[in-house]
Amino acid sequence: MKTVSIPVAYVPLVDAAPLIVAHEMGFAEAEGIALDLIAAPSWSSVRDMLAFGRVDAAHMLSPIPIAMAMHLGGVSTPLSAVSVMSVNGNVIGVGNALENALRAKGYGFDFADPIAAARALASVQKRPLTFGVPFPFSMHVELLNYWGEATQIADQGIEIRTVPPPLMASALAAGDVDAFCVGEPWGSVAVEQGVGALLLPGKAIWNFAPEKVLATRSDWADTEPDLVGRLMRAVWRAGRWLAQPQSRSTASELLSRKAYLDVSAELIDRALTGQLTVSARGEQRQVDHFVEFHAGAATFPWRSQAKWIANRLARVHGIPTDQANEAAFGVFRADLHRQHMVPTGGDLPGASEKVEGSIRVETPVASAQGSLRLLPDAFFDSRVFDPSAVR
Amino acid sequence: MQLPLFAQADCLSVGGFAAIALHLISVFCHCTAMAEKLTVVVVEEDRDRALGIVDALTAAEDCDVFVIGNASGLARKIAAHVPDIVLIDIDNPTRDMMEELTLASGPLDRPVAMFVSGAAGGLAQAAIEAGVSAYVVDGLSPERIKPVMDTAIARFSMVRQMRNELAETRRALEERKVIDRAKGLLMKAKGIDEDAAYALLRKTAMDQGRRVADVAEALVTASGLLG
Repeated sequence: MKTVSIPVAYVPLVDAAPLIVAHEMGFAEAEGIALDLIAAPSWSSVRDMLAFGRVDAAHMLSPIPIAMAMHLGGVSTPLSAVSVMSVNGNVIGVGNALENALRAKGYGFDFADPIAAARALASVQKRPLTFGVPFPFSMHVELLNYWGEATQIADQGIEIRTVPPPLMASALAAGDVDAFCVGEPWGSVAVEQGVGALLLPGKAIWNFAPEKVLATRSDWADTEPDLVGRLMRAVWRAGRWLAQPQSRSTASELLSRKAYLDVSAELIDRALTGQLTVSARGEQRQVDHFVEFHAGAATFPWRSQAKWIANRLARVHGIPTDQANEAAFGVFRADLHRQHMVPTGGDLPGASEKVEGSIRVETPVASAQGSLRLLPDAFFDSRVFDPSAVR
Repeated sequence: MQLPLFAQADCLSVGGFAAIALHLISVFCHCTAMAEKLTVVVVEEDRDRALGIVDALTAAEDCDVFVIGNASGLARKIAAHVPDIVLIDIDNPTRDMMEELTLASGPLDRPVAMFVSGAAGGLAQAAIEAGVSAYVVDGLSPERIKPVMDTAIARFSMVRQMRNELAETRRALEERKVIDRAKGLLMKAKGIDEDAAYALLRKTAMDQGRRVADVAEALVTASGLLG
């Protein structure tokens, strides 16, 4: 089989691991492809490289292709999310000023309870809380807004500003932001630099949030179905490998290389094991499925996940619901996922939509091979999102 | 071209860091039709690069060019100039802060787009190859964008090429050093001369389908571990 090289853009983050592992551990090679991995300095850059054909696929924040389909932002080339690359993996943290104020009130930094965290924040700051996030179209923004609306911090409100994670420490120091929501390793880097403490994992707000997707241009997905399939399977196998506990130290070492994340393996290990150090005092908290690459059909691009994102974006940006649903339908490609994943032997769900937030405990569901169990996907406030109710 | 430069342009040379205060270089070209002039904002921290871009743009086009050299509050600072076009290095991580400009509800009243449609479509691709990204106010005609972009693309291409050459030279130097160390290790361990040591490295590289520099690096690393 002749090896075909596929240029793929990514942002150096822990959840780019499936691409890096697919390349380094031979999963790409086994599919007869070679990944030409290009590290990007910004999400705008990833989007432009993909939209204008510099790369054929990319690691991308799940709301970006949906926002593009809704003509939000400057570029609207049609993109397809052919797989979810990672579920969960963000952290919400506060700067030193808020950390000290919270401690003075006896807050214990349990890194688990969003309602208690909001109550504590509301008790120490009366003016709006300013959060730094990496990008305007991101799960970070959606989780913050969802949490901000449904808890006590709704009273003072939250403001969200875009701050590239490498500049977050200086933005905190300058008082531009009070707090932040970022993907790992940036939360652990902030703790390590002594500029902040971690308040919540993103997972505490939504148990099963599609964080990054494997995105391609839709025209490329149509004209190169064979390559898309090979790429999807290589990334899926890398995710399965990453989900095995015995792979984690090797994965941390790989990701820590200068060519990839260029931070210590120990910091990366925190996210992969879910054993996070939440403050400079060394307090440790364990979070199962802190970032998930495989279990519970994590890679399946549920149309209902896309609809949830589209409906949240539509509300903020004043776009009609039917337009949002249509955009979501065309972007999360459950159809391509089904078509191309069969050779992996992985089990696929029978449906392409689910009522988001309705799964409270690990649950067996109807699937192609009858062996699939979905992980909890509840929202912290127990609300559910029924995709059929928003038509 | 004579450029009257205002403001603390010298501070820009502090170089590379976002922490420096806002600096503006405003450049007024010799022109008559003030209302027709385009306003261009260039986001660039490096003073020499910024001046190069300003020179090129003002020489080629009838426009006002402003340079912003600092990241904090970027979207707000850009919006204050009400630009027609914003130019920024594609590798600049602060680009994501500009994304807020593309939202209609953002700090700039007029929505901004990476120009993609119609006649400008090919330009966007060329711009990305050259390493410059441009944000253009919606509705600005391609005929007005093109000359500015052609100039910017040429300028950024040149800088990118120089940067690549410099990186290549550095890499070659690094590799040279590693190969020399590997040769030294082989000469000492096997009692052979320099030519024989290099021949051995080259033969091993060819047999394994690897680069000489990679084989040398592996040898140096292994020797460090064993040593």
